[in-house]
Amino acid sequence: MKARYFPAEETQEIQTRAYWFFGFIATVLIVYLARAYDLQINQKSYFEGLAESNRMRVVPIPASRGIIFDRHGIPLVNNIPSFNLYAVHGDMQDPEKVLTRLAGLVSIDALPRLRKEFLDKKDPYGTIKIKENLSLAEIAKVEGHSLDLPGVQITAELRRNAAYGPLAAHSVGYVGEVSKEQLASERYQNFRQGDRVGQFGIEQAYDTLIRGVPGQKWIEVNVVGQELNLLRINKPVEGDDIFLTLDLDLQKVAEEALGEEAGSIVAIDPTNGEILALVSHPAFNPNDLSEGTSAGTLLSLLNDKGRPLMNRAIHAQYPPGSTFKIIMSAALLESKDALPSNSINCHGFFQFGNRAFRDWKKGGHGSVDLHRAIVESCDVYFYQMGNRMGVDTIAKFANFLGLGKPTGIPLASEKSGLIPSTVWKQKVLKEPWYPGETLSVSIGQGYVLVTPLQMAAMISAVANDGILYTPRLLLKSKSRQTGEYQAVPVATGAKVPISKETLGIIKSALADVVATPHGTAYGSRSALIPFAGKTGTAQVVVMKKGEVKKALSKEVNDHAWFVSYAPVDNPKIAVVVLVEHGGHGGSAAAPLAKRVIEAYLAPSKQPSL
Amino acid sequence: MPLIQQRRFDIFDWSCFVVTFMIFGIGLLTIYSVTSAVPFSLVQMPLYLKQVFWIFLGLIVFIFFATVDYHEIARFAYPLYIVAVILLILVFATGRTIQGAQRWVTFGTFSFQPSELAKVSTLLLLAKYFSDHPANQGLNIQKLFAPAGLLLIPTLLVLKQPDLGTALALLFIFFSIVFVIGLRSKFLIYLSLLSLMLVPFIGQILWSGLKEYQKDRILTFLNPAADPMGSGWHLIQSKIAIGSAGFWGKGIVGGTQSQLKFLPERATDFIFAVFSEEWGFRGVVILFILFTFLFWWGIDVANKSKDLLGILIAVGTVGLLSYYFLVNVGMALGVLPVVGVPLPFVSYGGSAMITNLGLLGLLLNIKLKRFVLFH
Repeated sequence: MKARYFPAEETQEIQTRAYWFFGFIATVLIVYLARAYDLQINQKSYFEGLAESNRMRVVPIPASRGIIFDRHGIPLVNNIPSFNLYAVHGDMQDPEKVLTRLAGLVSIDALPRLRKEFLDKKDPYGTIKIKENLSLAEIAKVEGHSLDLPGVQITAELRRNAAYGPLAAHSVGYVGEVSKEQLASERYQNFRQGDRVGQFGIEQAYDTLIRGVPGQKWIEVNVVGQELNLLRINKPVEGDDIFLTLDLDLQKVAEEALGEEAGSIVAIDPTNGEILALVSHPAFNPNDLSEGTSAGTLLSLLNDKGRPLMNRAIHAQYPPGSTFKIIMSAALLESKDALPSNSINCHGFFQFGNRAFRDWKKGGHGSVDLHRAIVESCDVYFYQMGNRMGVDTIAKFANFLGLGKPTGIPLASEKSGLIPSTVWKQKVLKEPWYPGETLSVSIGQGYVLVTPLQMAAMISAVANDGILYTPRLLLKSKSRQTGEYQAVPVATGAKVPISKETLGIIKSALADVVATPHGTAYGSRSALIPFAGKTGTAQVVVMKKGEVKKALSKEVNDHAWFVSYAPVDNPKIAVVVLVEHGGHGGSAAAPLAKRVIEAYLAPSKQPSL
Repeated sequence: MPLIQQRRFDIFDWSCFVVTFMIFGIGLLTIYSVTSAVPFSLVQMPLYLKQVFWIFLGLIVFIFFATVDYHEIARFAYPLYIVAVILLILVFATGRTIQGAQRWVTFGTFSFQPSELAKVSTLLLLAKYFSDHPANQGLNIQKLFAPAGLLLIPTLLVLKQPDLGTALALLFIFFSIVFVIGLRSKFLIYLSLLSLMLVPFIGQILWSGLKEYQKDRILTFLNPAADPMGSGWHLIQSKIAIGSAGFWGKGIVGGTQSQLKFLPERATDFIFAVFSEEWGFRGVVILFILFTFLFWWGIDVANKSKDLLGILIAVGTVGLLSYYFLVNVGMALGVLPVVGVPLPFVSYGGSAMITNLGLLGLLLNIKLKRFVLFH
């Protein structure tokens, strides 16, 4: 072997360079040590903070929402367990991949939107809800792949459940995720994206009461976000239970009575303004909307031609038709422009200038006084009286009875209706009032618009001899912390400046509308309970002479009204029925009111449905 | 002969042994710590016990390399090299793909990483070549041509797997050996001028030759905050683990970053971060002292060696071990890009343990031979 065992000259140099080589290594080591010193000594607290926020998670604990009961304590809306799928962006190294994998296991609505929202998320350790209400099969699939799905969790939570589905949906409302617009407003400043708030009806109106205060827990998590230890907890404060004024049984009857028709039924206690039943059809199922992530459901409801999300009792405005004659009568009697005994002769039309205003009855009613004009709903009588009083007098008394302004029920977006006056027309339409328009107003047509709830408040005020109550839905609340009930103070109601005598005359006529064979609602009279009311048939389209209605589709058919109360003496319930395009008030609306009244006042005698 | 045996024992260097075993201890404790949550089972041996097994196996190899004359071993440099290259080619034909890279060859039930053999054989080959062709006035381009070619074959094969860590290790062995042999000053000037001119081209070629994930790692290293949830994740988590430990550390099994699995590859590539989190700055200092001693000891072996072959093997070994140490620690500290290389004697892994202990045996071999003057 050719090898050298003695150091030659050059190995000396080589060995010197070996020291240099070690010097190089040592230099790098010193740089590293300086780096370690910088990280571990200089920046210790900074990295400690990062390590803490890595392992610690503050997780909100939602407060369970209060249960909504009817007036007798039957739950209308409660909470049921639901398994929801959540994801935490920060626990995933490759969120895109995890999301794709997840979408392969469970069907996810609106995946592209969710994906975008998820990947753009600013707070990496905030949870984002992927899907609600997983089925057992879906839970099994996700749990089975949990190792491939870091940052994905299934959490059992309470879901809002309307026990009777679409029943009383418009009163109860629904719960949904707080929207971006809401988050920007002051009312929702303490909310976070994904929080649930009442978005409609009572859920929205009394949200602060029902919602409670969410708690928080501090937990230790591992890298895939699994909870390991509970470090600290602030328990949530549960929301208050609330009792509505609604009567479940009556609500059911009213829902059934209206059936498939579009329209509204409002039943109210005339002695205090408590709403006993409130129906608006078509309705929606709050459970479809409370599921939240299905934005498609909300959109399809919003785009539905039947407008199911509209509460027709407060959001829809209709011409009152002949029901307006109650107001006309009050105005007439109070303004002393005519005595109740004064008669006119009705030939079936009222000639005004070169235009003839027709009565609904072709041949006319003959000799008509106020009583008969109400009972038979004579248009010509009210054309004449309206013309005599002028629109501003009519408007004054309409306003006295609560029309033309919101009733003040604490539900969102209540419409105020419209009671026209000369001032209003000049201001809004920049035109003078034409006397001919007063004639249309006199029979509840023209510019006049009312909501069913306004009419309910109005007829209640007539029934209770002149006290206008603000309709209300909240009876009492119960704190789940203390178990104490808190009654809602009863509104005293406003005294309507209309005399008892005037109302007495009107009430006797309203009773005869149902009780006498000439009355427009005689066909709906009740053998069980005597009730009083006024029919209305509100024209949607003004018919030209000679046009035949039958040929036209349902959309132009008249709205049918019936405003009523019972019993005739000492009224305990006021019922307003509006059937959209139902036709005649007497035939389409009054029978429904009768069913509701009988169910409320004579439940035992009522034939089973 | 008994006299010689006696002398051998007397001059047996215990210091390197003690230091190496201390490093083993650190490694085993840390591996135990990151796997302690896994319940003990007879079917699945705990990782730290497996590592003990690898250490024993490595020690057998160590004894072999320490006792057989390294000149004899160096005679097999060429055949070993050829076997290594053939195996590297075989990897492409039959190799198993693990985490996107083909690095393993399987013989029956026995899996083997040819790149480990490539490291040892390339080291031996270069040491042998340069000691057989001494360059008295330093190396010039003609003299570098052949060894550079011999280096490039396994390097390119390894790079193709792709295993950037090992390819760079081979280059580093070459550069450390060439550095100590020395280049001719004239050649040194030419070379630096040439390389300066070629930097953009080579840079471009290297860059386009990298895989996407390798590019990502480098870009991430340059700006980890740009993508904290993607490739920057490892770097940030590692820095958090090290930084949050402070001077005293969080104690064994006490590191939140490692126990809660915020660190990846806790028993292998990121074991330094785990160790630092548990032991703090004092632990880092201790580990640095131990490795510095080991490197110094290796350089000392080179300087006491009485022949060029011994010097070059020793320098190459120190080069290889220091490369792994510096790249691994530099990555964990966030001063180098994420290149997945193990920390010698600490990270879990059989192949690397056997290779490293074999090389350490070779160093001891050279040290023991320094008094044997004649055959």
